[in-house]
Amino acid sequence: MSTIYYLIQNMLPVAIPLLLVALGGMFSERSGVINIALEGIMLFGAFFGALFVYTVQGVDMNPQVLLILGMLIAAFSGWVYSLLLSFAAVTMKANQTITGVSLNMIIPAAILLFSKMFFNSDGITTTKNFYIREVPILSKIPLLGEMFFQRTYLTVMIGFAILIVSIIIFYKTRFGLRLRACGEHPQAADSVGINVYFMRYAGVSLSGILGGIGGFFYSVGVMDGNVSGHSGVAGFGFLALAVMIFGQWKPGRIFFAALFFAFLRTLAYSVSLIPFLDGLGINQTYYKMLPYVATMVVLAFTSKKSRAPKAEGIPYDKSQR
Amino acid sequence: MQGKNSTSQKNKNFLKNITRSSGFSAFSSALVAIILGLVFGFIVMLFAQPENAIKGFRYVLVGGLGRFGSVLYFATPILMTGLAVGFAFKMGLFNIGASGQYTMGMFFAIYVGFMWDLPPGIHWIVAILAGMVGGMIWGLIPGLFKALLNVNEVITSIMFNYIGMYLVDMWIQGNAVMFVSSKSRTNYLPSNVQIPSLGIDGSNVNFGIILAIIIGIVLYIVLQKTTFGYELKATGHNKYASDYAGMKGKKNIILTMVIAGGLAGLGGAFAILAPSAIAGSSMTYEPINIIAANGFNGIAVALLGNAHPIGIIFSSIFISHIQRGGSLAGLVGFKPEIIDVVIGVIIYFSAFAMIMNAALARFVKQHVTRKDEEVVKAKEAE
Repeated sequence: MSTIYYLIQNMLPVAIPLLLVALGGMFSERSGVINIALEGIMLFGAFFGALFVYTVQGVDMNPQVLLILGMLIAAFSGWVYSLLLSFAAVTMKANQTITGVSLNMIIPAAILLFSKMFFNSDGITTTKNFYIREVPILSKIPLLGEMFFQRTYLTVMIGFAILIVSIIIFYKTRFGLRLRACGEHPQAADSVGINVYFMRYAGVSLSGILGGIGGFFYSVGVMDGNVSGHSGVAGFGFLALAVMIFGQWKPGRIFFAALFFAFLRTLAYSVSLIPFLDGLGINQTYYKMLPYVATMVVLAFTSKKSRAPKAEGIPYDKSQR
Repeated sequence: MQGKNSTSQKNKNFLKNITRSSGFSAFSSALVAIILGLVFGFIVMLFAQPENAIKGFRYVLVGGLGRFGSVLYFATPILMTGLAVGFAFKMGLFNIGASGQYTMGMFFAIYVGFMWDLPPGIHWIVAILAGMVGGMIWGLIPGLFKALLNVNEVITSIMFNYIGMYLVDMWIQGNAVMFVSSKSRTNYLPSNVQIPSLGIDGSNVNFGIILAIIIGIVLYIVLQKTTFGYELKATGHNKYASDYAGMKGKKNIILTMVIAGGLAGLGGAFAILAPSAIAGSSMTYEPINIIAANGFNGIAVALLGNAHPIGIIFSSIFISHIQRGGSLAGLVGFKPEIIDVVIGVIIYFSAFAMIMNAALARFVKQHVTRKDEEVVKAKEAE
């Protein structure tokens, strides 16, 4: 039983960044813009979040307040960086994949450059501890308390809150409906007076905000608050894209897809702690490959009836009906 | 008077024909993107170290010229991965998995280099071919997934970048002949698997670059002069129309990905089998769970070269040139990462440089024609 608790406690901080970034990708793609730049956006947000934490960590402040402030900074910087994508993809009608790749290329190099110049290292190392041993009161709930409210991070609770807000925005508001229309049939949306360019900017901006937050939560929950230009976010931006496709561009399914991937990854890194798996004597590398292999298997089974937004990847041109 | 006018007219038409060709517009938009990227890099340098910025920037621009051998040597692998990305791009496939194919090719090449006992004359050739096969296998899988199961090749090839990297690192670490655990690197390759050097002093440039350029030209011929190349481009332009015309889309997807993988695999083989300028050593591989950068640089090379094989040959040399320049700028205190930023910015701008160019051309045209009209009107008034 303690192993299961351990796995869940370790899985959630990994699942939340995946969930948030995949939700971001969903908003962007449902508005009609392919966002390959998520990896770069994550790293950008994580970098500025960590930079903020680094500059104020000397001040005596509640770490959880600091985390929320860092999150806001990361969200803002992610949004700013995503504007580069929306400008190229929506206003300039450029190839969305190429733009995304270029944005991914710039950031790790820029971080290495900056960190080498100012910190003489490959990234930012913070000393603030965001770990929560026990949430008061809630951790006393039998079963659930130990799973969700012990040995965790605030990021987990914020992540769940964002998931709920996203579902409401996506399905229950006029904005969400219009956003989805722009990804399916922008001409039709335009003909009933929806500003397609604005909606696409909004979709990409949401992905920037969520991507930035996701990146910062990755650095908090997985990297102990550090950011490195070398390892970056270890392909989480791309994994999030796979999560999004596995989740069929729907928030509820994306949540379960994110949990699935996070579980496999946690399993891969805690093999030595699980007597049964350790006893099998399989090379650890196989477990590390597991999330990627599982993605392939899952996609192989789900892609035939894939429900990708119809207009994604096609720049909207008013003059082409 | 009349004669003079007609020659100027002819010149104008000639110029128009050139400026209107698609090759020219691709070239000029690449140029605009490069200039913007370099200006950005210069601005960053000015912020970082104003006193050394001009010196450093001069290194970036012309520093590579003095070390042309090194430029060619470092251009070889990214030329191959560039071709791998560009070739698939012609078909409308985005082969982001060049890194994995490159790593796989490299592993196959060193495996043959260490584990097979072959006569010295053909050992390196077999090792290169093995590299190609390794890359082909790693390209085949995303191709199969795309063609048979309709899985987006971008996701597949990213996943296979990771799977390939983990596999190769594990295989190398588990092999006592290849791996020196005390140095956590691979052993030096025997000299008869190293590609013959071209003998330029102070650089590792080897026969690989010549092979790579030949392969680029062959690809150009395949794309321009063969049915396969035609079908490939047609599918890239319009998948449904080419399907309707009876082209076998699925077969072509698989074939394209296999060829692209083979090209990237060759890049890996060329990189690892290169001779070293220091006697008794060779290139080594360090299994540290990091995706090969040359694969991603190949994307930059391909995009800058507009996915055209000949364009890719030049763009790979250009990128290698500014990379060398960037490491030379280290002499005055700049970090070489600045070049990676510049390359990223160049690609960003090249994504919409064509549109920017068209707008610029329209602006100039309107301006110039208005002036012409004014001249004509003035003459008429006389």
